[in-house]
Amino acid sequence: MAKVIFQRPKYLKENVFHYCPGCGHSIAHRLIAEVIDEMDIRGITIGVPPAGCAVLAYNYFDLDMIEAQHGRGPALATGLKRTLPDRFVFSYQGDGDLAAIGIAESFHAANRGENITVFFINNAVYGMTGGQMAPTTILAQRTTTTPAGRHKTLDGYPVKVCELLSQLPGVAYAQRCTLTSPAQINKTKKAIRKAFQCQKDALGFSIVEILSPCPTNWKMSPIDACKWIDEVMSKEFPLDVFKDITPTAQKNTEAV
Amino acid sequence: MLPALKDTSSPEKNITPRDTAQSAQTVKKNVTAALFARRCVRTLPSRSTVNKFLMSGNNIIGEAAIRAGCRFYAGYPITPQNELTEYMAEHMRNAEGGVFIQSESEIAAIHMITGAAAAGARVMTSSSSPGISLKQEGISSLAACELPSVIVNIMRGGPGLGNIRPAQGDYFQATRGGGHGDYRTIVFGPATCQELADLTMDAFDLADKYRTPVMILADGMMGQMMEPVIFKKPKPRQYSENFMLRGAGDGKSKIIRGLILDAIDMEEHNWKLARKYEVIAKNEIRYETYQTDDAELVVVAYGTAARIAKGAIKRLREHNKVKAGLFRPITLWPFPEARLRSLSGKIKDFLVFEMSTGQMLEDVRLSLQGYADIGFHGRPGGAVPTPAELANVIARYYEKKD
Repeated sequence: MAKVIFQRPKYLKENVFHYCPGCGHSIAHRLIAEVIDEMDIRGITIGVPPAGCAVLAYNYFDLDMIEAQHGRGPALATGLKRTLPDRFVFSYQGDGDLAAIGIAESFHAANRGENITVFFINNAVYGMTGGQMAPTTILAQRTTTTPAGRHKTLDGYPVKVCELLSQLPGVAYAQRCTLTSPAQINKTKKAIRKAFQCQKDALGFSIVEILSPCPTNWKMSPIDACKWIDEVMSKEFPLDVFKDITPTAQKNTEAV
Repeated sequence: MLPALKDTSSPEKNITPRDTAQSAQTVKKNVTAALFARRCVRTLPSRSTVNKFLMSGNNIIGEAAIRAGCRFYAGYPITPQNELTEYMAEHMRNAEGGVFIQSESEIAAIHMITGAAAAGARVMTSSSSPGISLKQEGISSLAACELPSVIVNIMRGGPGLGNIRPAQGDYFQATRGGGHGDYRTIVFGPATCQELADLTMDAFDLADKYRTPVMILADGMMGQMMEPVIFKKPKPRQYSENFMLRGAGDGKSKIIRGLILDAIDMEEHNWKLARKYEVIAKNEIRYETYQTDDAELVVVAYGTAARIAKGAIKRLREHNKVKAGLFRPITLWPFPEARLRSLSGKIKDFLVFEMSTGQMLEDVRLSLQGYADIGFHGRPGGAVPTPAELANVIARYYEKKD
């Protein structure tokens, strides 16, 4: 008998992704759906897609979902989670969404230790709007609004979200990973699982930052985009676990 | 440290000397301190009994909201509405399932209540003029996503940071939607503390009924003044679980969104909202008339301005100067246009009085232009005239007309 070893996750709808070839969103979506399948939490999970390329995430996830205005995902997720503390709530955000317009909402949701999970897709560029500078655009990187390359005195420096948020006591788990190889994809999936587990154990705010290729706006082939992440982007944004309180965690459910 | 007061009516019972050496004098001091502390502690008025309370406007809105079943409040401090945020901080925790969050910004607050509204809670946020400007992104989104919610604006002087005095400069923003896109919010303009209580409760019911944001548009005067108030019995909530987002269970997943990329679908959504607003405009008009039966001139004013106008009208009648009356819109949107126009059958002189440079004036013109003469008196920027000043203005205006 043939054994099924690979199939569509149960709660990923049978729609064709609108994402560009080589884009990381579709892989990230699939990984999240796989973890939701494995943890069997589809019925009690609510997702918050962002403004940006992933705004249509509800066309793919077979979950209850509510869109957030640009950057407001963590605030909206806070409202959902505080009202329904026994549900899993995740926000899915891009770099502009999380680290530019929504940095206050993200920072303070993390600082309050909101028991939610944020999936942070960092592709160092504004994808949906056509490749403008993102807060995570690295120095010298050319975008449509930094045609001569990002310049530190004119445009400031790339924002390192995991490093920043991991300083906050409310954050239980912060890991940066990528999608450039099967090994990295497996690592990312484990991180996603761990983040949801943090939420299940009520440990506080969890974030998984995923360095994600954007071949279209980087003007590269998908393979070159992965190489660029490995050789350039991950030097600026090191792949690491920046915070993980799970080994020593006490459940903070009874904490004041 | 004082021991915990179990029987708060007689703290002396709870205070016993730790050792015999402790003097009666010390015990007496402790009792006095405990009694003083008890007086200082603001206890939540019992919600099981209908009573008359003397409360400030901001606190009344908070209490009415909790009684109406509001269980999620997010807000950011701004004068002159801070007492409302503080009231919710203090009392929401005593309400079963109540959530209070002091948000990092007004923007975060409006999106927090969006999440909670989607999850099925009765939600409220409050702010004052500059903060309400920040909330517009979320109000537009609440209207688009058809999520019931109550937003309180305790107006202050503007534009810009303005000042913290009572003003009515946000009428346009409140009644024309306020944020981007084709939408309206129901807007109540309360003029008494009793109305603050009643309309706050009604706001939650209407928000649910029409699945739309409802705004309470009061000002710093209403927020700060104290008046006796009786809280009415709240109606049981009628809101289908079908509209709530609580996890799909084994069923079909739901989406709440305002993004509709297809122009024809988006057009249909706009018309759907427009049809809803038509129903609201037909059914939810509220207004008050005061001494209009024999009036030669009718003042049109809302909120605090209407209170001042009432005082002015009383004066004018007492001194036999002008037989003036008052038309007071209670719903600012929908504006009681037809009711106002029907007054013009026998009354030809109207004077709009606002604590602004003339915003409701436009709605009055839309209602009365061609039917009657419309004058205007405005005091923007936080200036609040006395009834005597307004009485003089009305009298002069009326004399000039003659």
